[in-house]
Amino acid sequence: MAHGPATLADGWVKYASRWLFTTNHKDIGTLYLWFSFAMFILGGSFAMVIRAELFQPGMQLIKPEFFNQMTTMHGLVMVFGAIMPAFVGLANWLIPMMIGAPDMALPRMNNLSFWILPFAFAILVATLFMEGGGPNFGWTFYAPLSTTYAPDTVNYFIFGVHIMGASSIMGSINIIATVMNMRAPGMTYMKMPMFVWTWLITAFLLVAVMPVLAGAVTMMLMDINFGTSFFDAAGGGDPVLFQHIFWFFGHPEVYIIILPAFGVVSQIIPTFSRKPLFGYSSMVYATASIAFMSFIVWAHHMFTVGMPIAGELYFMYATMLIAVPTGVKVFNWITTMYKGSLTFETPMLFSIAFVILFTFGGFTGLMLSIAAADIQYHDTYFVVAHFHYVMVAGAVFSGTAAVYYWLPKWCGKMYDETMGKVQFWIAFIGFNITFMPQHFLGLAGMPRRYADYGLQFADWNMVSSIGAFMYGAAQILFLFNVVRTITHGKPVDKPEVWEGAEGLEWTVPTPAPYHTFEKPPQVK
Amino acid sequence: MSTESSYYVPEQSKLPIITATGMGILAFGAASWVIEGGSPTIFLIGLLIMVLVMYKWWSIVIDENMRGLANDQLKKSYVLGMLWFIFSELMFFVAFFGALFYVRVFANSWLGGEAAIGLFDDTPTDAAAANNQILWPGYQAEWPVMVTPDQMANGEDAQFKGPEQNMNFPGWSSLLSWLPLWNTVVLMTSSVTVHIAHTALKNDNRKKFNTWLGITVALGIFFLFLQAEEYIHAYQHMGLTLETGIYGTTFFLLTGFHGAHVTLGTCMLLVQWLRGLKGHFSNDDQFGFEAASWYWHFVDVVWVGLFLFVYVLA
Repeated sequence: MAHGPATLADGWVKYASRWLFTTNHKDIGTLYLWFSFAMFILGGSFAMVIRAELFQPGMQLIKPEFFNQMTTMHGLVMVFGAIMPAFVGLANWLIPMMIGAPDMALPRMNNLSFWILPFAFAILVATLFMEGGGPNFGWTFYAPLSTTYAPDTVNYFIFGVHIMGASSIMGSINIIATVMNMRAPGMTYMKMPMFVWTWLITAFLLVAVMPVLAGAVTMMLMDINFGTSFFDAAGGGDPVLFQHIFWFFGHPEVYIIILPAFGVVSQIIPTFSRKPLFGYSSMVYATASIAFMSFIVWAHHMFTVGMPIAGELYFMYATMLIAVPTGVKVFNWITTMYKGSLTFETPMLFSIAFVILFTFGGFTGLMLSIAAADIQYHDTYFVVAHFHYVMVAGAVFSGTAAVYYWLPKWCGKMYDETMGKVQFWIAFIGFNITFMPQHFLGLAGMPRRYADYGLQFADWNMVSSIGAFMYGAAQILFLFNVVRTITHGKPVDKPEVWEGAEGLEWTVPTPAPYHTFEKPPQVK
Repeated sequence: MSTESSYYVPEQSKLPIITATGMGILAFGAASWVIEGGSPTIFLIGLLIMVLVMYKWWSIVIDENMRGLANDQLKKSYVLGMLWFIFSELMFFVAFFGALFYVRVFANSWLGGEAAIGLFDDTPTDAAAANNQILWPGYQAEWPVMVTPDQMANGEDAQFKGPEQNMNFPGWSSLLSWLPLWNTVVLMTSSVTVHIAHTALKNDNRKKFNTWLGITVALGIFFLFLQAEEYIHAYQHMGLTLETGIYGTTFFLLTGFHGAHVTLGTCMLLVQWLRGLKGHFSNDDQFGFEAASWYWHFVDVVWVGLFLFVYVLA
């Protein structure tokens, strides 16, 4: 059995080798979480550059070429570097504890999946300093922008995506094997916490679509360097083919991002409502149906590309159908709170904000799904506002909630509640000031991804930029609060940190020992 | 579900970080190699690290199993890992088959000015016709695409020129000289021989196992040889290259990635064969071999799809 963890007191060589060579799910979870936060700050600083440039019309700070690199890298870093690894970090920390397992099923591969990421993102970010600059074709890297008209550095992007995809696939296979094979006796599938369920389904989505992404970038690589014509109509291919393949990956990808967020919120709301989750089994079925439907709606991202009318209609109705299981989830969260004895600690505040703002983002999604109306909204700031409501107020808010909720269990210390609440309100208000006006801008016709804009858009852009700086400041406060908790937090020693919390992770001592459940617990 | 009283959690390991470093160097090296004027040095260093570390890693896993450290539950984790890995490989091919179907069913007919497959109405729209007349005048949809739209519109100046010949079924009279048919026969046979080897191992017939697995590996190598012949023939005598428009593109990428997977599968089986000769495996513990054989059946299934949609159904 592995020995206890090295600390800084053992000397820095031992301490560094603990993290480099670890096979412990808690260590790897911690690595994932810190890495994703670093990427969150990096991607966030790209966003700050974007908002600073858009503060006023005209070009002030950066050149349009660099602006394009900023929008692209912001999207790529946030989606693949910040949000996805954050939830993998939570999965690593929590799934073994929630199902009563000693560790992940394949601990060495687990470490490999993490350590690929720093290399992948070093390669990606290094392109910014190379001749020709970084990727400048948008995070969706549509051909031919990303093939015929791309800088040479696109090749670094392609291989970076390849190894990052390998990391995701290994991480997901590990999660599937853990959940299917490592549950404690008595922990049947329908007794698993919702977070475990949502991650099992997410992992399935990842294993299914990351290879498709690998296929897409491989085709790009061949078109760029080896004279093939997948995405070139001159040779008989079709640039629209790229969009189909990309979104066949890309639509499940947005559920890969949001399903674990659903799982987190489904853990937190019952705790602070002091009631079990309403409609557990319907939650499971809703998650599964959302995942299934995510495979058959991809072309709703492409309504304006020129599709046969039958395609437009099919993708429109299929997309609208997703609102049904999503509505079931929202209904269940609200009904869980109904007549509960609610308290509003920071994780609960973020979770309630999640429910409200995610639902709002869901409704704008429903507007976008109407093919005829989407012709007006497509590629405007309305779309930008829509997906930031689900990505930021959805995924990032729930990730923040998760950190506050489980931080005492991880480090055995309580965070500063006042500072947490202050952070919440700055983030909540800042977020809405940033993105609510972008709906108006989009409806008025402001296109996304442009470095400059007409004078009629000036006021709301300034408001949006002010909100963005506010939201950015809230993240600094978040970092400060977490670090201060670890160094100066008030110790917590009882296993159940929150009085209403249910689940195996609350039965182990606080802070959670390095190895938990070496002997599997009995689940009744 | 867990039934074991304890579970083997490996000690700290240097393997993952070395593998990740190797992968990083490999990816960086590959990118700098394909850019004009690049050299393969960094790529080859990464490749070397990867080969060495994978050899070491699998040696350790085999060693742990032989020392009895791997209990039934861990073995099941390996089984799940392999099955889901094969599923992810399948999805990689789905992307390329998807591209092939999309091009054959939609893109090609649109370039030729025809309407989309008419679910409700298949009269060509004005837009489709105009698209053809303005952008690619004279191009008519056909599969395989022997004359590219570029060639029709720009003649000798075209960047993409179609192939002289294609790989389609040449007709019953020249059936026996048609290479893909023999490739199919070879690969199908190898699926049977690997199954015979598996059954022999289960019955503890080591000699039979070694023989039939050896035959399977030989068939795998023979398949790769035939495919290399086919490629050489395509490049030298048929004017069919990667650069000959969408037909060459889909043909070489689909068969090429399949060939890469056959290579990988052959390596896997070869290692299992060498292990068998060394006396590894028993009649009830043989997962290394089983995993390789599952992979082998998987590349076989992909080949059936290829044979149908790339070669036969024109």
